Amino acid sequence: MRKQRNSTRRQFLGLAGGAAALSAVPIVTVRPADATPAMLAAAIRNVVGEAAVRPGKVKLDVPPLVENGNTVPMTVNVLSPMTSEDYVKSIHVFNEKNPQPNVGNFYLGPRAGRAQVSTRIRLADSQKVVAIARLSDDSFWSASVDIVVTLAACTEEVI
Amino acid sequence: MRFARVIAVAALLIGAGIAVSSLSANEIPQGERRSGYDFMTPDTQAIQNDDTANPGMLWVLDGEALWKSKTGAAGRSCADCHEDARAGMKGVAARYPAFDKTLGRPVNLEQRINLCRVQHQQTTALAYESRDLLALTALVAQQSRGDAIEAGADPQLEPFVAKGRELFMRRQGQLNLGCANCHDDNWDKRLAGSAITQGHPTGYPLYRLEWQSLGSLQRRMRACMTGVRAQAYDYGAPELVELELYLMSRAQGMPMDSPAVRP
Amino acid sequence: MASALINVPKKAKRGEIIEIKTLMSHIMETGYRRTASGEIIPRDIITSFACRYNGVEIFRADLFPAIAANPFMTFFTVATESGKFDFEWIGDRGFSETASASILVE
Repeated sequence: MRKQRNSTRRQFLGLAGGAAALSAVPIVTVRPADATPAMLAAAIRNVVGEAAVRPGKVKLDVPPLVENGNTVPMTVNVLSPMTSEDYVKSIHVFNEKNPQPNVGNFYLGPRAGRAQVSTRIRLADSQKVVAIARLSDDSFWSASVDIVVTLAACTEEVI
Repeated sequence: MRFARVIAVAALLIGAGIAVSSLSANEIPQGERRSGYDFMTPDTQAIQNDDTANPGMLWVLDGEALWKSKTGAAGRSCADCHEDARAGMKGVAARYPAFDKTLGRPVNLEQRINLCRVQHQQTTALAYESRDLLALTALVAQQSRGDAIEAGADPQLEPFVAKGRELFMRRQGQLNLGCANCHDDNWDKRLAGSAITQGHPTGYPLYRLEWQSLGSLQRRMRACMTGVRAQAYDYGAPELVELELYLMSRAQGMPMDSPAVRP
Repeated sequence: MASALINVPKKAKRGEIIEIKTLMSHIMETGYRRTASGEIIPRDIITSFACRYNGVEIFRADLFPAIAANPFMTFFTVATESGKFDFEWIGDRGFSETASASILVE
């Protein structure tokens, strides 16, 4: 696959899946997204260090089948009383297969009232999204979801 | 590589029965007409519903600034003649494309804005799909939000609506598909992962997630034509305006929802 | 033309948890796309977003190319006192934009 010129993920999926990936000569092509579970683990370790990450407390809300990978609504919510003694310090979101493992880091604090952040993210391919929350006692909690991303039926020239 | 892909697609479409369907398409009965909004997932609909989350509103904001800025040899702003856009432009976009007496043919909203700029503001026309033209179009179109589409009602437009209909039905491109083959005959199905809509332009100019930008109906139609491997008409071509006119008249009575969000 | 859309409630009760929504116009060019001739289109993204409430930072975010174009961000804060929210976006190529919104807390 890599030996082909202009090899793009769109072409690979179009042939492999028989999907109707009609394509004009792409003027802007997407670099092949590398599967990066190792990069994901490294990015997580960057934030978490050697501490244990426990599943729980974090709710990651992303549509399981996205309409378009360019703009995927995402809401992360962490169960926490958000008092001055017990609050969420930060939330870190990672992905598995984009060219880069980080999505965003969000820094909260006791003044937030509710540990919930919404944004819109890009997903290059069907993959896992992971959210890790750091609490005020420096414990780490996580949640992950598997998202299915289909490509648009017809690619098009840029304007 | 490309050839193999075309064959794969053709095989898929033959399987879907599109390629062998007859030339005459079944027009959608009035009662079954559905806006593109209806075909979206609730998450995407939510992006459109909230004016502070809808990225199309960023262009409307820009349009508001442009509306008030004086320009050209005449040193006039849109507001100088049309006053506040909210009042002056209500219902306008729902009537476009409209017949222009001087040109003797329909013009769309973008062309109307440019005609105003050249004739009344004595300044240059804005390029198609430029940020400024999209901003002004978005501002005007937003003022028709909720209004029923009236375009095409003018009897002078009849021959142009007919031409547009003919273009809509005509098979074109390497894949030999007409607009009607998908948007009249197969709107209740999917093309790969995407829902096939009925093709009603109720929300233009709209923020398309695939573009990550606001864009016009002409941009969308050109993309479809490229998609069936046909040579797309140039921006502003009479064929595109006639198609726009036909599509809007086909959607008569449906409420506008510009600036919409679509996948 | 950069522009921002901010949604902050105009009024709130003291101690009420309010939601703040922000939308900033920005292409968020990932740095992974190529032109037809194969050249990389350089990265151009917003890298950081912060919100201050009467001068005190109450929310901050690091943004990466995986954040969609025209970044949309919502978060919560406790309405403590009347005053001003200041928003700041900083990014590549010296991108720097600010916006503000007032709130009346009773």
